[in-house]
Amino acid sequence: MTIHDVYLLSPELSLASLGIVVIILDMVLRRKGVLAAVSVVGLLVPLAFSIALWGNLSGEADGQMVGIFNTLVVDKFSLFFKFLIMGILALVVMSSVEYVSRIRQFQGEYYGLMLFSASGMMLLAATTDLVSIYIALELTALPLAALAAFLRDSRSTEAGIKFLLLSAMSSAVLLYGMTLVYGFTGTTQLPGIFERLGTSLDATVPFGSHALFLGVVMIVAGFGFKIAAVPFQMWVPDVYEGAPTPITAYLSVASKAAGFAAILRVFHMAFGEISLDWATLFAVLAAVSMTVGNLVAISQNNIKRMLAYSTIAHAGFLMVGVAAIAARVPAGETTTGPSGGLFYLVAYAVTNLAAFFAIIAISSRTGSDMISSFAGIGRQAPLLAVILAFSMISLLGIPPTAGFMGKLYMFSAAMKSDLAWLVVVSVLNSAVSAYYYLRVIRVMYMQDPDNAEKVSVAFAPRVALYITGLSILALGLFPGPMIKAAERAVEILFL
Amino acid sequence: MLSAIVFLPLAGAMIILLLLKDARQIRLWAAAVTVVELALALAAFVIFRTEDYRRVGDMEMVEVYRDWIPALNIQYHLGVDGLSTPLVLLTALLGMCAVFASWQVQLRVKEYFMWLLVLQTAVTGVFVSLDFVLFFIFWELELLPMYFLISIWGSGRKEYSAMKFLIFTLLGSAFMLVGILALYFSEGTFNIVDLQNVDGAQFILPAGTIFALLFGAFAVKLPVWPVHTWLPDAHTDAPTAVSVMLAGVLLKMGGYGMIRMAVGIFPGKAQEYAWVLAFLAVVSVLYGAVVTVRQTDLKRLVAFSSISHMGYVLLGISSVVGVGGAVSSVGLTGAAMQMFTHGTITGLLFLLVGLVYDKAHTRHIPDMGGLAAHMPIIAVAFLVAGLASLGLPGTSGFVSELLVFLGTFQVWSWITALAVFAIVITAGYILWMIQRTFFGPSLQRFASLGDATVVEAVPMAVLVITIMVVGVYPAVVSDVFTQGLEPIIQSLQQVVRP
Repeated sequence: MTIHDVYLLSPELSLASLGIVVIILDMVLRRKGVLAAVSVVGLLVPLAFSIALWGNLSGEADGQMVGIFNTLVVDKFSLFFKFLIMGILALVVMSSVEYVSRIRQFQGEYYGLMLFSASGMMLLAATTDLVSIYIALELTALPLAALAAFLRDSRSTEAGIKFLLLSAMSSAVLLYGMTLVYGFTGTTQLPGIFERLGTSLDATVPFGSHALFLGVVMIVAGFGFKIAAVPFQMWVPDVYEGAPTPITAYLSVASKAAGFAAILRVFHMAFGEISLDWATLFAVLAAVSMTVGNLVAISQNNIKRMLAYSTIAHAGFLMVGVAAIAARVPAGETTTGPSGGLFYLVAYAVTNLAAFFAIIAISSRTGSDMISSFAGIGRQAPLLAVILAFSMISLLGIPPTAGFMGKLYMFSAAMKSDLAWLVVVSVLNSAVSAYYYLRVIRVMYMQDPDNAEKVSVAFAPRVALYITGLSILALGLFPGPMIKAAERAVEILFL
Repeated sequence: MLSAIVFLPLAGAMIILLLLKDARQIRLWAAAVTVVELALALAAFVIFRTEDYRRVGDMEMVEVYRDWIPALNIQYHLGVDGLSTPLVLLTALLGMCAVFASWQVQLRVKEYFMWLLVLQTAVTGVFVSLDFVLFFIFWELELLPMYFLISIWGSGRKEYSAMKFLIFTLLGSAFMLVGILALYFSEGTFNIVDLQNVDGAQFILPAGTIFALLFGAFAVKLPVWPVHTWLPDAHTDAPTAVSVMLAGVLLKMGGYGMIRMAVGIFPGKAQEYAWVLAFLAVVSVLYGAVVTVRQTDLKRLVAFSSISHMGYVLLGISSVVGVGGAVSSVGLTGAAMQMFTHGTITGLLFLLVGLVYDKAHTRHIPDMGGLAAHMPIIAVAFLVAGLASLGLPGTSGFVSELLVFLGTFQVWSWITALAVFAIVITAGYILWMIQRTFFGPSLQRFASLGDATVVEAVPMAVLVITIMVVGVYPAVVSDVFTQGLEPIIQSLQQVVRP
């Protein structure tokens, strides 16, 4: 490992070091409020390294820098995810301040574990080797399992255990799939796999080979767990409901972003040769995922559970972008599937974060996560209600919100790739989802509150709320710059 | 200028949200905003009639910002032609009436007027957008104010009705979005002007499918039997001003979309499937009329009559197939005129129904009678609206229905003959309704009721005058429509099969 390798890894390294610093500070400091501040301000270090790397990239001919025995790659794609994950992390930390101050013990560990997990997510978007992808996945998942159990009541503990066990199981499936792919191709490096596949496929068999077929399906299953897609979604509602709400927000957004990054990287770089086959696979998974998520969400009474099913539905929408990578685009053009997916992820991230931040603030006063307990919030906390309503509208996909632009861009990618049937399924699903998203708005504005007590929010969570709320509107009205960033980030995938 | 017309109500709504507190201030401010809006729309209409009037096929007052979303080639593109200008005027007119009709609203006044103004921006935006995505954005934006207005300030099963309205429209627009994207990836543009008359081209979906997707979305809005069921519920439970807007302009979004998008983009397909349109139209007309006769709720009665009357719009559109190789503009002009006149007539009817309900506290027709003695002004206005609705010569209703029948009779003789029969039914239910509510012996329990106040009389007077003026001198509007429809007629003429 050379100094250059360390430099390439510097954002992840500095983020993990920051986690250790926070835990040490927790032991020596009395005032725990400082910990959150250190976590947020400390993010400037990995941010600075990432910006520096972005600057260095322009000097590279092929738009990427490779290090640590070709397992780590720094390109615009991985940097896009680094920025996204750091942004999510900063916002979630800010929104946790009040929530965590009520947990007496282990506040340092709370922030520390979040930082460790984030470094795993960043690594996940930046590796091109099956083994290091696996390591990054575990680095992401283990801290999250501890965080899910952080409240140490029965529900939270159940959430943690459930997440840990199912995560381990999905890792086993993923590893087995990777083993098969390794056995078939003789390498764990994604570009290497691509080269071997080019020479050894049998056109008469789906995926070109039975062993490869099994391997790919198992890898899909492993990643499907991470992004909470049907039929690997069983853990989601319980974990989302039991985990501390800021962790639920983190899990639903950051973990999904990282999983999506890995899927794009693996399938685009390694399995490009058989893209037509796995496009169909992902298209079917997408359709099933959004339909199941939406239909079950309708009957939920707990808002965290409802958003859990909504997350499953959105995993389906995201996979539309993966499916759209299918090679059947008009000649001479490239698919907008990956950039559509990236834009959708950003739009979904700000929207879901805004929703969860509002829920954290509201339910810390009402003491309940039931949708019915949100009655009259429209009058008690007008601003919170507006932001929550706005995020529901964005999740539903009505303009002028980020969610609408995300769906428009994503569906247009699918249309371009000749997946009209999937677009029809998706838009019908969007229409159905109106029923449960608007229910939240209805309760907030059309039912009378139990008491007239005003809801107030502390400074840091309020800032996080404003940032996400305004981003929903900004991305809905002026999506141009973000679409452009997403397009530049995925250029590397088409080289 | 168009941007100002579109976003003035929105700006007004933001000021209500951020600055105004007192209910009286808010009412006056909303009234001022809509009066200025009406003045602007009227100015646009007058400019359009005088200056650039003869340049057939051109969009006027165009505003383009090309780099809005370059990645998808989505532009901020506004413009009007003869088809949209009268509808913009109609929107401004009814928007103002809606504010005056809401003077008595006491519940959450601030939010109410804010949503009413946002609604006006959305509907105006639909009529002036020349970019299909922008059109779609305004089209969907209209849902939110409607949802809130019906479900908070409505009556009866208001939340059910609001949700039903929303889901129906969302399902419709879901299909429209698929159609829009299919067009984009076939033609590479969202520009509605460039997309006109392209149905000879190669599409990624069959042209007939895209036509059906677009037509379906607009049919839900118009509404056409059998996707009309949201309308009676939404109307019955909506507050008065919202019914005025819904009947007056929101339904016209459907008709406008059918003419400009479905027929304008696919003239050949429209001709191919004209028999389907004619069939649906005549079912809507007759079914709507027959069901209306049975209604005992004053508001529901007017709502069902709308289904019948919007059937005439579709009937007019079905005349696009032409006869003997010649497509006449009469039927389409009639359809467009029917949209305009139905907007003013039914807007007025809902306004009056709302007034009667406010005063008499009932909408149940058998409970009423002799109201003319207590509220003569309202009774006269009601009579005018009713007679216009049944198509009495001298009112605007006569002109538009005559044009529709003239245009379609040559093309679909039998079907038109059937539809004409609905006029008789219409006359029946309108006159019967007026007789049961306003005439007959004066009832003791209504003795204390007063007539319309000045604020209430303003929108009534404006609409009555519009109905009379257009009835006596229809060319003031119909000329503009005819000119706006000219390019569509020409492209229909090109693809017509002799």
